[in-house]
Amino acid sequence: MNLDFSQIAPSLPFILKGIIVTLQFTLLSAVFGFTLGTLLSLIKISNLKPLRWFAEFYTSIFRGTPLILQLALVYFATPQVIGYRISPIEAGVITFALNSAAYSSETIRAGIMAVDKGQREAAMSLGVPYKLMMLDIILPQAFKNILPALVNESIALLKDSALVSTIGVLDLMRRAQVVAGQTFLYFEPLIVVGVIYYVMVMGLTQAAQVLERRMRRSD
Amino acid sequence: MIRIEHLVKSFGDLEVLKDISTDVATGEVVAIIGPSGSGKSTMLRCINLLEVPTAGQILIDGIEITSPKCDILKVRQNVGMVFQHFNLFPHKTVLDNLTYAPMKVRGLSKADAGKIAIDLLAKVGLSEKADQYPSRLSGGQKQRVAIARALAMQPDIMLFDEPTSALDPEMVKEVLDVIKGLADTGITMCIVTHEMGFAREVADRVLFLDGGYLVEDAPPDIFFSTPKSDRAQQFLEKVL
Repeated sequence: MNLDFSQIAPSLPFILKGIIVTLQFTLLSAVFGFTLGTLLSLIKISNLKPLRWFAEFYTSIFRGTPLILQLALVYFATPQVIGYRISPIEAGVITFALNSAAYSSETIRAGIMAVDKGQREAAMSLGVPYKLMMLDIILPQAFKNILPALVNESIALLKDSALVSTIGVLDLMRRAQVVAGQTFLYFEPLIVVGVIYYVMVMGLTQAAQVLERRMRRSD
Repeated sequence: MIRIEHLVKSFGDLEVLKDISTDVATGEVVAIIGPSGSGKSTMLRCINLLEVPTAGQILIDGIEITSPKCDILKVRQNVGMVFQHFNLFPHKTVLDNLTYAPMKVRGLSKADAGKIAIDLLAKVGLSEKADQYPSRLSGGQKQRVAIARALAMQPDIMLFDEPTSALDPEMVKEVLDVIKGLADTGITMCIVTHEMGFAREVADRVLFLDGGYLVEDAPPDIFFSTPKSDRAQQFLEKVL
């Protein structure tokens, strides 16, 4: 086995730029995904039957089909169906956010239901309206409890973002493939981005631990 | 004043309250007692609509709160409640527990809400705990904070749902003392309790519930010395 990292050294700045792309994807998808997931979870615990039915149907679709299929559909079918030339970045963020919302809505629903019902009663007895009660009393406690599960979901998002390389986004994964194509070396660029993914996931884990400690201040 | 007329509450097939009618005058302190499962807590929870009555009417100061047109949130702002398990907000400090609803619901400024909160914490003897989180407090301290939180909304009516039942015995007195102090302030109070001595001492009237019926409605000295019904006699023999 003869490894030659020196040959890909000139391409390193090109590969490193992919970090920004990958992080941008993950962050946007997580923010939109968790926001939508929270709304879906609130619908799922509500008394609005038709909306609840929709939310459950939505979840079953996004959990029931492969992510790469959803990505291909959004990217390739959108111009055909509504005539809008969707950019790969848009297609990626939309798909990942919609997909992540389906998964996180179940996690958030469980988190809300695990908050003691006395909390709800206390807020109600003080005349706190539903929206404020959810925002200020129930959701902060729910998120604290499900933080580890949401970190899992964020890590999955970060790694799954490599799928956008299939629709031509120059993320970390795609850049490794480009360098491989130029140098005819596969192992070296793939190992380099592998290490970068790993370091990013470790960073995320560390950040989550700091956040968790902060949230446990009141224990 | 609270007027309860022909109140009925069912959970599915189980009828918990069966045709309860009574009045509570402004400033009156009423103790609601009875065996477990008699409907005491349910009756109390109907007064601020944490339970929606199946039939009958409840009027507070002439306003029918059981009417579909009634603004329940408005009613609740004026009816404080203290729970058996305190239900403090664990992610907020003691001070924030007290100022949250006055600021967000009543629209008070942070300074005004803070001033009321600090006064109330002094009254329940917990000034030094203002910046602590509830997890740092003992049960008795938590319940005193919960009482202060309800009072911070400056309600005309206070409902107590077994306020000392979850406390260690040595903490019962500190909570009862706070409630006793309130009884003299002219606030209307309904207290579900198993503390017979306390009911006798502090209440203007005792309501005895059994099996969903209001069996006795009498001043405490009469109720505790000469209860009319067999059921109340049996109950008192067991608990006194």
